[in-house]
Amino acid sequence: MVEFFFGFFAIMILFCSVMVVMSRNAIHSVLWMLVMFFHVAGVYLMLNAEFLAATQIIVYAGAILVLFLFVIMLLNLREEMNIEQLIDGWPAGLSLAVAMLVVLILALGSFSVKPWGQWSIEVVEKTTQTKALGKVLYTEYLLPFEIASLVLLVAIIGAVVLAKKKLKS
Amino acid sequence: MTIFEFLFPPGSFDIFLNIIIILIKIAVVIGVVMLHVAYATYFERKVIGRMQVRMGPMEVGPHGLLQPIADMLKLFFKEDIIPEKADKTVFYIAPLISLMAALSSLAVIPFYEGFVVANINVGLLFILAMSSLGSYGIILSGWASNSKYAFLGGLRSSAQVISYEIAMGLSLVGVMMMAGSMNLSEIVKAQAEYPAGIYAIPQILGFFVFVVAAIAETNRAPFDLPEAESELVAGYFVEYSGMRFALFYAAEYIGMIIMGCLAAACFLGGWTVPKYILAILPFLKYVPGIVWFVMKVYFVIFFYYWIRATLPRYRYDQLMAIGWKLLIPLALANILFTGVIKIMVE
Repeated sequence: MVEFFFGFFAIMILFCSVMVVMSRNAIHSVLWMLVMFFHVAGVYLMLNAEFLAATQIIVYAGAILVLFLFVIMLLNLREEMNIEQLIDGWPAGLSLAVAMLVVLILALGSFSVKPWGQWSIEVVEKTTQTKALGKVLYTEYLLPFEIASLVLLVAIIGAVVLAKKKLKS
Repeated sequence: MTIFEFLFPPGSFDIFLNIIIILIKIAVVIGVVMLHVAYATYFERKVIGRMQVRMGPMEVGPHGLLQPIADMLKLFFKEDIIPEKADKTVFYIAPLISLMAALSSLAVIPFYEGFVVANINVGLLFILAMSSLGSYGIILSGWASNSKYAFLGGLRSSAQVISYEIAMGLSLVGVMMMAGSMNLSEIVKAQAEYPAGIYAIPQILGFFVFVVAAIAETNRAPFDLPEAESELVAGYFVEYSGMRFALFYAAEYIGMIIMGCLAAACFLGGWTVPKYILAILPFLKYVPGIVWFVMKVYFVIFFYYWIRATLPRYRYDQLMAIGWKLLIPLALANILFTGVIKIMVE
């Protein structure tokens, strides 16, 4: 059963990702990405990570993709839709992508299941993922968490500064 | 091993039974909610009619009681017009996204003790996720219609929903902190244990932010700028007709009912009654929980209509200013306040 669902999600994620790059219409690309995010959330659910699954949809589908849509709509890409080829030099990109694929396939062999640390599946199921994540994030990984939030704050301030500059001129 | 045993291994009967029970629950919930949607329109027209010293619908059936059914039949048989230059696929799926997102949220709402389609641990987050998905229906319908009015409505709505989602999410954090859970059933149970009985009293700030954000989130007056009739005709669904228009309409009302359910479950005690009221009026404990829940939801929906009939529409910059400069700081202050009190009590 688990294998069946994993296979389904994996195939759908791959298919949607390909459709994201293949669609000529940028809005359709975003829509395929939305479908892909839902399947990624499905994979998280299979890993007992219900908090991550919900946040995946709220943050990526609910906020970031909506901003993508917003920007694409304002750009109005109706002419670009008819361009025969959007980028030059695709052979170089293709060979790079194939090389990456080969490296990844070669690296697959080194994956192995190591013994669980403190947070085994049973423990996470018992405490619920939300609590487990909160505990780890705010004790063990507090410093990286704070650094990440500081980086985000810098980005926000940067955006405000850039917007204000335009208003003045 | 016979074919029968291969198809139905031992234990599969329980799984089938569970699936059938869940399907029956889903059918009951959707059936009841759709009926409520039909009569919420009637209720709205009656309430607003009375507030404006009119009678409201009176023609179809006694006191116009069959009006929603007549409306439904009319919409059902109307011609389905699609603009020539519309993006057909997106035009078709946009109302479905709206409706599906609204209906999915119903899955995690506890209507009374033990009756919830999916009792998941992140119920609140699930509802927030689904409401953010619902905004896609609005944005995409605005874009796919290939019409200026619809497009402007869609853009306005995307900005509005993103802004108010933050405030709504933050206003619910206080409730999560007090209940120590994101499961809606657990939140209701934690409220029943709490001395005040309802979280609307200690979380009055959060409740205020939630109510305002919920009105904006469902695009209702006075925050109905995405469909502002006087400037955008009808906004994002101006090009839709017949059944597809009805789907948007249904999604809007289901969204309203969900916000009512959320307010009832998170702030007003869900299916429970505060203990001190039971102490004064002990006979109230014979009233089934579903009645309390439904009464609270009806009250919130009535409140929606009340506000619609009372307040004029805000300007767009006012709407953004309320969202970012008033509601979000208030919700953040509420979180800080709740946290400090929680630490001091413990």
